[in-house]
Order: sequence, then C-alpha cells, then structure tokens
Amino acid sequence: MRVGRWMEKAAIVALVVLTACPGCRKAKVDPFPATGTIAGWQKTDDTRIFEAKDLWQYIDGDAEHFVQAGVVQTATSDYSYNGQVEAVVDIHTMGNTDGARRILETGLTHDAKAVALGDEGVQYAQSVSFRKGIYLVRIVAYESTADTPEALLALAHGVESRL
Amino acid sequence: MGSRNTLGLAAALEQQAERSKVVIARDSALQAANGQPDEKRVLSLLDRAIAAHTGHTQPVEAWKSIVERGHARDKVIGLKTNGLGGRGISTHAVLVFAIAERLQQAGVKPGNIVIWDRNARDLQACGLTINTDAGRIRCFGSDTAGFEDTVETWGSSRARFSKILTRECAMVINLPILKDHSMAGVTFAMKNMYGVVERPQELHANGCNPAVADLNAFPVIRQKFGLTIGDAMSSVYEGGPGFHPEHLWYPNALIVGEDWVAIDQTAWGLLERKRAEAGLPTLEAAGRPPRYIATAADAAHRLGTNDPKRIHVVEI
Repeated sequence: MRVGRWMEKAAIVALVVLTACPGCRKAKVDPFPATGTIAGWQKTDDTRIFEAKDLWQYIDGDAEHFVQAGVVQTATSDYSYNGQVEAVVDIHTMGNTDGARRILETGLTHDAKAVALGDEGVQYAQSVSFRKGIYLVRIVAYESTADTPEALLALAHGVESRL
Repeated sequence: MGSRNTLGLAAALEQQAERSKVVIARDSALQAANGQPDEKRVLSLLDRAIAAHTGHTQPVEAWKSIVERGHARDKVIGLKTNGLGGRGISTHAVLVFAIAERLQQAGVKPGNIVIWDRNARDLQACGLTINTDAGRIRCFGSDTAGFEDTVETWGSSRARFSKILTRECAMVINLPILKDHSMAGVTFAMKNMYGVVERPQELHANGCNPAVADLNAFPVIRQKFGLTIGDAMSSVYEGGPGFHPEHLWYPNALIVGEDWVAIDQTAWGLLERKRAEAGLPTLEAAGRPPRYIATAADAAHRLGTNDPKRIHVVEI
C-alpha cells in the first residue's frame, strides 16, 4: 500500500516535471488545480497517469486513436463542483503540437463554441477542450445544470494557467 | 413462371425459417426528470423485450426459459456489462438490477449471479458496487478473478480469457451499450467480448477486423454466451467509445436477440440514421465502417447473418 502511494506521488512529480520542462520557463506546477483554488471545484480523486503503452487501460478503444496522434502520456483526475456536478479532467501530453491539433479537431461539430483558451479551445454544454502547445486538455461534466458551462470554463482556465 | 414462383415461395419459406429475430423495444418516456432512466419503466421495457424475444408473456416463465436454454439451472449466470466509456456511457445499473431481479424471480439464487467486467473501475462506472460475498449477488472484475495462463488462438486472435468466464459461469448474458467507435465504427454485441480477455488493446488493428469476428468464434464464447440484452437507452453517435456528452443521444431502447451479427448489423443501421440526422458522414465515409460484422457472417466464421433480408426486426 505504501509502495503504491509512493509510486503515485512519483508519477505526479514526473508529470509536473514534464509539464514544466518545455523551455523550463515556469516553476514546477501541478496542472490539476487543488481543491479550493478554483471557486466551487473540489479535486475528488488522485491523479492517475498512463503512459502511451498503457493508455488502453484508461480508454481502451480510443487509445489507438491517441497513440496514432503521438500521445506520450495522459493524466486524469475527477472533480466535483459544489457537490452538484461531477467532472473528469484529462490532460494528454502529445509528442508535438500537430498531434494535439489533430485530436482536438476530430469530431468537432457545427455547434462547438470557440472559446479563448490556450492556442485553440472549444466548448459544448457539458464539455470544454483546448490545446496549448503539446498539451490537449478535455474536461467533461456528467451533469448538465445552468452553471455547468461557466463552471467548466473556470476550471479549464485554472488548468490552462498551470500548463 | 409457375416453377419460378414455386421456387420463389420455397426460397422465401426457407429464408423465413432461417431469419434471425432482433427485438427493438422502445419507451420514449424512459428518461426521468433527473436525466437517468426510470427504474419502473426500465423493468417494464425489459419485460416487453424479453416477452417478444421468448414468446412468453409472463416474465418469470420467460426468464425460466432463458435459464433452461442456457443449461444454467442451479449454476452461475454471469451478466457481462460494459463500463469502458466511463460514467455517462456505460451499461446502466438500473438495467442490470432489473435483469438480476427477474433471474431471482425465476429461481436463480443471488449467489449464482455474477455481474462482471474488465475491472472494478468499469463496474463502478456503471453505478455498480463491488461485492465478492458469496451469499449475495456478486460483482467484481477480471482484475480480481485473473486470467487463464493458457493463450488460446483462433484466426488472428490470441487471447487469455477471464477466469470469470472460464471457471465461474455456466452461462453469460451479454449487456453491451451501443456506441460509435473511433476504430471499429460500431461497438455493441460482439465488440463487448473485448472485455473478457486480458489484452484487448492487441485486437484493434485494421478497424478491429477480423479480430472481433475471430474473438467471437472462440468456443468458450460461443458456448457460454447466448442472449444479448443491448443497452441502447443512451448512446454516443460520434466520438466513442468514450463519453462525449455533445454527441449523446437517447434511443430509449433495448435491443435483444441471440444472433449477435444480426444485432450489430441492426444497431449499425440505427447509428447511421442518427449520424445522418446530425449531419455527420456515414461510417464508411468517415473511414471506419464496421467491417468485422460482415467478417463474422462469412463462411469462415458463421456467427450469424448480416443480410437484412434474413433479419427479422421486431419493433415494439
């Protein structure tokens, strides 16, 4: 159990280092906002990290699609907004910016609303996706309330500022 | 002319006799105010679907006939769910509970019912709670039970099967959820078998063709799985197999049958109609037609029929 915890922490540190490395301009920051740092949002689960070869364990079926686009690593965590909306944040580290663009643009439909996030961002009623450099972020809510779009956007900005 | 007519009639009769029945049971008022399927309506929808499938109007009699047909009286019956897509697009727990309830009413002991999938997380995604207490309905994943040591081969597929399938269950009911699939095109009855082997990621090449068909041809699957009760209460018509709420859709249906090729062929049609309605290209145009369906019907596999003329779709 202790070893499992230690490995989990090591994996998070690895993600933090990886996210901080391009240009090494930023301090090492966990891209997943902690509870209370974004109004109303609670981080409800430990961060899980999957290397490309293990991504099938998280998104079997979709994994190949990401692997073909050059995914290096995916980190994910669950969140809750005021106990009313549950959501999941996925941060995919791609091999290059084209990979992030390719995934983001797949499956976009006419009702996608462009939002100012990273290099390119889109929002639907229950999801926000954006790319920033080699990162592709997708946040999906499981419930739809009047507050959901605004809350998702706030969380997305919180992640974006940490990348 | 007369002889042609006679031949035509004979052929038609033969075809009629060989047609595979696929039941599509719908309830447009299935979703409750909270956005989840209403428990009572799901049970009623299940009863209608099973009655149309078995011909028994009394649910208890219908379920007894299913258990008998699976030679599973006093044996363990598995319910194989699909929680791969995570919360929001997994087999609905309310359907699983309804089936477990009817099985018990048909005389199956709670301890002889096992709800299972790849792992605990997938089961929890369905809204299920893990339980390994032998006296109650059990619910656990292959991550707990483990996989057989022996690697089996059929065609292109190499697989180590879950011990839940090989050692626990005498009969398994397939409970997939209908989804678009970024590689295979459609995931439903046959594709759900990817959740019974240890390394499904190795079966995704070439749009999962012929891997889906090969996997479904393994004797252990053909012998132990019979009935599919497909969850099409909600679905994603694009972006699957993960949860994409922007492409969520509510067919409000259960799709039931024993010919999984016919079921998948029928489900593919439903998905294409929805995609057309949403202004999306066909799966063929999108570069991912579910070719494994035709492969499953070919002479090498003979798992069922994909010929619409040989599929009797019963819509209720």
